[in-house]
Amino acid sequence: MELLSGGDMLLRALADEGVECIFGYPGGAALHIYDALFRQNKVKHILVRHEQAATHAADGYARSTGRVGVVLVTSGPGATNAITGIATAYMDSIPMVVISGQVVSDKIGEDAFQETDMVGISRPIVKHSFLVKDARDIPSIVKKAFYIASTGRPGPVVIDIPKDVTNPNDKFEYHYPERIKMRSYSPAQRGHAGQIKKAVQLLLSAKRPIIYAGGGVILGNACQQLTELARRLDAPVTNTLMGLGAYPGSDRQFLGMLGMHGFVEANYAMHHADVILAVGARFDDRVTNTPKKFCPNAKIIHVDIDPASISKTVVADVPIVGPVDSVLNDMLEILATAEEKQDSKAIEDWWKQINEWRERYGLLVKPRYRTDGNMIMPEEVIRTLYEVTKGDAFVTSDVGQHQMFTAQYYQFDKPRRWINSGGLGTMGFGLPAAMGVQYANRDATVACVTGEGSIQMCIQELSTCKQYHLPVKIICLNNQALGMVKQWQDMQYSSRYSESLYEESLPDFVKLMEAYGHVGMRVTKREELRAKMEECFAMKDRVVFMDIYVDPTEHVYPMQISPGSMRDMWLNKTERT
Amino acid sequence: MRRIISLLMENEPGALSRVVGLFSQRGYNIESLTVAPTEDRTLSRLTLTTIGDDHKIEQITKHLNRLIEVVKLVDLTEGAHIERELMLVKVRATGAQRAEVKRCVDIFRGQIVDVTATVYTIQITGTSDKLDAFFQAVGEASILEVVRSGVSGIGRGEKVLTI
Ligand SMILES: Cc1ncc(C[n+]2csc(CCOP(=O)(O)OP(=O)(O)O)c2C)c(N)n1
Ligand SMILES: [Mg+2]
Repeated sequence: MELLSGGDMLLRALADEGVECIFGYPGGAALHIYDALFRQNKVKHILVRHEQAATHAADGYARSTGRVGVVLVTSGPGATNAITGIATAYMDSIPMVVISGQVVSDKIGEDAFQETDMVGISRPIVKHSFLVKDARDIPSIVKKAFYIASTGRPGPVVIDIPKDVTNPNDKFEYHYPERIKMRSYSPAQRGHAGQIKKAVQLLLSAKRPIIYAGGGVILGNACQQLTELARRLDAPVTNTLMGLGAYPGSDRQFLGMLGMHGFVEANYAMHHADVILAVGARFDDRVTNTPKKFCPNAKIIHVDIDPASISKTVVADVPIVGPVDSVLNDMLEILATAEEKQDSKAIEDWWKQINEWRERYGLLVKPRYRTDGNMIMPEEVIRTLYEVTKGDAFVTSDVGQHQMFTAQYYQFDKPRRWINSGGLGTMGFGLPAAMGVQYANRDATVACVTGEGSIQMCIQELSTCKQYHLPVKIICLNNQALGMVKQWQDMQYSSRYSESLYEESLPDFVKLMEAYGHVGMRVTKREELRAKMEECFAMKDRVVFMDIYVDPTEHVYPMQISPGSMRDMWLNKTERT
Repeated sequence: MRRIISLLMENEPGALSRVVGLFSQRGYNIESLTVAPTEDRTLSRLTLTTIGDDHKIEQITKHLNRLIEVVKLVDLTEGAHIERELMLVKVRATGAQRAEVKRCVDIFRGQIVDVTATVYTIQITGTSDKLDAFFQAVGEASILEVVRSGVSGIGRGEKVLTI
């Protein structure tokens, strides 16, 4: 058997795990590992400009491919810089392995240079973590880390490696385990048959059913089953912010996103439903509004791989713990031979009602935003983006109004196309995530919808885009403000704009882009929007930044009124439901 | 309601901090906590008492179960169980008090494990309630120092918590 150092073992293990690429940033404690990286050619590395970006890029890579994103950082500041991205991945259950260098074992605890307790500092935001004590443990720890990160409810796993463990002079036998068994970790393989049967009966008896599907459907690769089930039941479907794309966004049965900035028809249908099938969703507070007032007439079936998500905020009548794909398959199987019939008259009436709501309130039936002025409306930018990219781009976003407009107006027909930080709401996510997506999908169109606020949180990554030829398109909805903050200040603080304005301090993004060697475009006229956007996307191999001046007074609507039920919403600045 | 949750977890560094971290992170209370390796040195048995309604306890047990190092878990208060806590307590005992304290110790089936001219050191085991009652009986004013082990528990009968 071949003898390898800890550093070489790590790289070999990553290669054996099928890792194609690491996003990272070197430093003292990681230098043995970086040298091992240099001496092999299987695993590629993308040098980011800030460790936060490494985690977001690995995250974008993971979300768009379903594979585990891998990050490598040094100890101390390298590790702490990665924290925001780890938390972001944790909140959205993204499979990720983060390898951090650590000071040498016998200095741990001595406040050594660049020492930080990475295992401790990351503990609340990881699925699991390892501190490697012995180089011989590296293969099995790597195997476990990938297994834990990618199975069950996925999540980030940290491997903290003291520098002495990767010492090139200490060599050991290397053997990569084929599979790993852990007595303390065994995610559910199947849902409970009796519960599934009960759920199907409940669904068949429903007069006003609705399917509420979240990011778990995408993570669990159950989109096809979800679509089949919805078709079979002729049930309306709504997706969470994280679930967009799990069900085809342009399909007749799709009611749009639900929740705080959800579509009226989706929130109404939830409120009036008699049976809700929640799949891979977690009844987030940005979905339910006030839990006590949530869907008063509904029986709730809740399918999720994570038992802790079930009945956490809203009690489920039929809880089913299991992988969403297998549970939905089981449901479809039962439905194929079920003798009970749906009340087709009731379903027909239900659709009539829903279509009335849609006609009256739907954002996509006809524009609810101004179309007569000279101002570019942010909604219109997203519609134009949707049309110019033929609805087939990978779209990442940052956090704010632009994010919500994108969720509302870009209809995602496929899963893994809409990539945003839903749980943590991390500004700065969009650009690095887009890099990871572009790296994984070389020929695809990748757009990052951002705001002039968010983009400045990771703007240094323009340099990474240059180095690795990642031609992402940045669509900046420039409202010259921290728009979402300003919207809340308009609505709740009598328009006292406390620290949400920049006072003429915005950089010239066009010049900035040029400085980075990219293309910048400024769009201020409504009639130029489409042509400029077409021009932007025609530049296939360039990074292009569209600095689009949009109406700074526009708010995102609908917006749920809190406290309240699902159906309590502002429709615009003056009208409410 | 007060609950006694008992679990087996991997006897690994870091495992305990994950359990404790979970409680502070999610705003749950720990009333007492004991932990030690079992006869199988790769496993630790951890027993904790906490207070919460059914919903909260369900969440606590689910989140504990979700920790990778937790192998098995039981809420002892759900069934018949035995609960014990060990207490070492120093009591001022002078003059007539000496006999009084001694009587009290006998009633509570405790033992005096160390003696000086003015102080008894007493060992008592029992449920937490019983230990509380001892304070009352002996009079809080005469108590100098108290060390309690925290609750240990085990299910009654044939039921066992093993892997
Ligand atoms: C890292 C971080 N800090 C603060 C916030 C709070 N926050 C949410 S939206 C927002 C404004 C975002 O401004 P911009 O990127 O310009 O987007 P807009 O809302 O204007 O479209 C802020 C500050 C956040 N989500 N993330
Ligand atoms: Mg803005």
